[in-house]
Amino acid sequence: MQIVFFALLTVITLGAALMVVTSRNLLHSALWLIVSFFGIAGVFILLQAEFLAVVQVLIYIGAIAMLIIFAIMLTRRIMDPQQPRFNSQWGLVGGFAALLFVGLAAVVTRVAWPVAAGEVPADAIAQLGVDFVGVYAVPFEVASVLLVVAMIGAIIIARERE
Amino acid sequence: MDYISNLFVNLGNSWTALLSSFLPLWAVTLVNFLVVAVILVMMPVVATLTLTVMERKVIARIQNRIGPNRVGPWGIFQAIPDAVKLLTKEDIVPANADKPVFNIAPLLIFAGAALLWAVIPFGRGMIGQDLNVGVLYLVAVGSISTIAVIMAGWSSNNKFALIGAFRIVAQLLSYEIPMVLAIAAVVLLVGTMKMSQIVELQTVPFILVLPAAFIAYILAAAAETGRAPFDLLEADSEIVAGYFIEYSGLKFGWFYIAEYGNLLAVSAIATTLFLGGWRGPFAGQIPALGPFYFIAKTVLIVFLLMWIRGTWPRFRIDQMLALAWKVLVPLGLFILLWVAVIIKLPVPTLLQWVLGLGGNLVAIFVTLTIMGRSAKRYAAQHKLAGA
Repeated sequence: MQIVFFALLTVITLGAALMVVTSRNLLHSALWLIVSFFGIAGVFILLQAEFLAVVQVLIYIGAIAMLIIFAIMLTRRIMDPQQPRFNSQWGLVGGFAALLFVGLAAVVTRVAWPVAAGEVPADAIAQLGVDFVGVYAVPFEVASVLLVVAMIGAIIIARERE
Repeated sequence: MDYISNLFVNLGNSWTALLSSFLPLWAVTLVNFLVVAVILVMMPVVATLTLTVMERKVIARIQNRIGPNRVGPWGIFQAIPDAVKLLTKEDIVPANADKPVFNIAPLLIFAGAALLWAVIPFGRGMIGQDLNVGVLYLVAVGSISTIAVIMAGWSSNNKFALIGAFRIVAQLLSYEIPMVLAIAAVVLLVGTMKMSQIVELQTVPFILVLPAAFIAYILAAAAETGRAPFDLLEADSEIVAGYFIEYSGLKFGWFYIAEYGNLLAVSAIATTLFLGGWRGPFAGQIPALGPFYFIAKTVLIVFLLMWIRGTWPRFRIDQMLALAWKVLVPLGLFILLWVAVIIKLPVPTLLQWVLGLGGNLVAIFVTLTIMGRSAKRYAAQHKLAGA
């Protein structure tokens, strides 16, 4: 039963991802990206990681996809389907993308992914919260500082000169 | 008598027993999930059929009119001819519309409204799916309708629709923050995100512990549902009808249903978080009373929102954003900090809650004082009356 759902979600995620890069219309690409994000949220649910699934919807669909759509809408002529899809740099970019794929594939196949034994604990979220301010406090704070720096930078750029 | 006292849960158990007598286990689960899904999907439709009549009646009374009074006694069946009228309208798609996106947007906005009901506890053990992350789920599902709105606004190929979509997205994104802060205060106080647990632990309705969070939530909820005084998205005199201007017939109906479904849903969430959900006299002994208390409290909140709609003028867009960022966000942050402090104090829970109430009242007082002063200053600067 699980394998059927996993196959279904994989088809949705990868199919939508394929549409993102092949769609002629940039806004359609952004909408296909949302479908792909939903597929990933489904995979998280299949792994009993409800928290990650909900956060996936909240952050990636509610915030990041929204931001992408806004960026597309506020950029002139970018949605014109007459614009050429490729420019002179496509070979270089394609090469780097292939390299990235090879690198990721090498990492994914070589690392022994640790799997915890037994059931998922019922209070996984509480544990997650405790770990964020305990064991993983430093990475958590570093990520927060990074986001604050990005926000301040955006405000400084957007602000009118006096 | 025992059967009656917990009628709804027992009915569910009997139904499951009946099914399992002739179906395998997986089929029973499947059928039960389908039944629950159909019931939950019907909630926005039920909300539309009842709340439209209620709204027209309430607003009419506020404006010293009678309201609908032709169809049925006191016009209570007015929603049915309205629905038939919508169903018989011609389905028009603008020539240059982006058809797939144009057609999916109404479905997506309805899905957002229907999915909210999955984690709302109607009574003890009467909940679609008691998720560990129930509260966070509500916030996440709420963000789906933002996408639907921008899809509708963009695909219509209409300037008014796009302006309406931009306006409502600015509004939804701004008011999501005070809303989440108010909800987070409750979550911090009870220490769980399970909707059923939040009700179980709410021995005193949290409106008496966190009144400032309740006010922030109600204002944010009015903005999230796009109701007056936050109805800039469909300001008729400025942008005709906002993002759904090009929709007709049943497709427009989906937006209408989603609007009233969201209205009932945010009221139900406010009831669960701040009014003690299904709690009430004797609800502990007779769980079947729970849903009735729940519905009564929810309708009370709906009435409050209609009252606000009937009496307040529409905000300007800068006032709307200023209220979110300069008033509700600082207020929400203060309440969150205050709750974090009081739950760590080594005193009994009841005393913690009294301290919470005190802090909230101080927060409301300070907020109102600052707002009053800035209004006076504004009036003096612009030589208006009331300086």
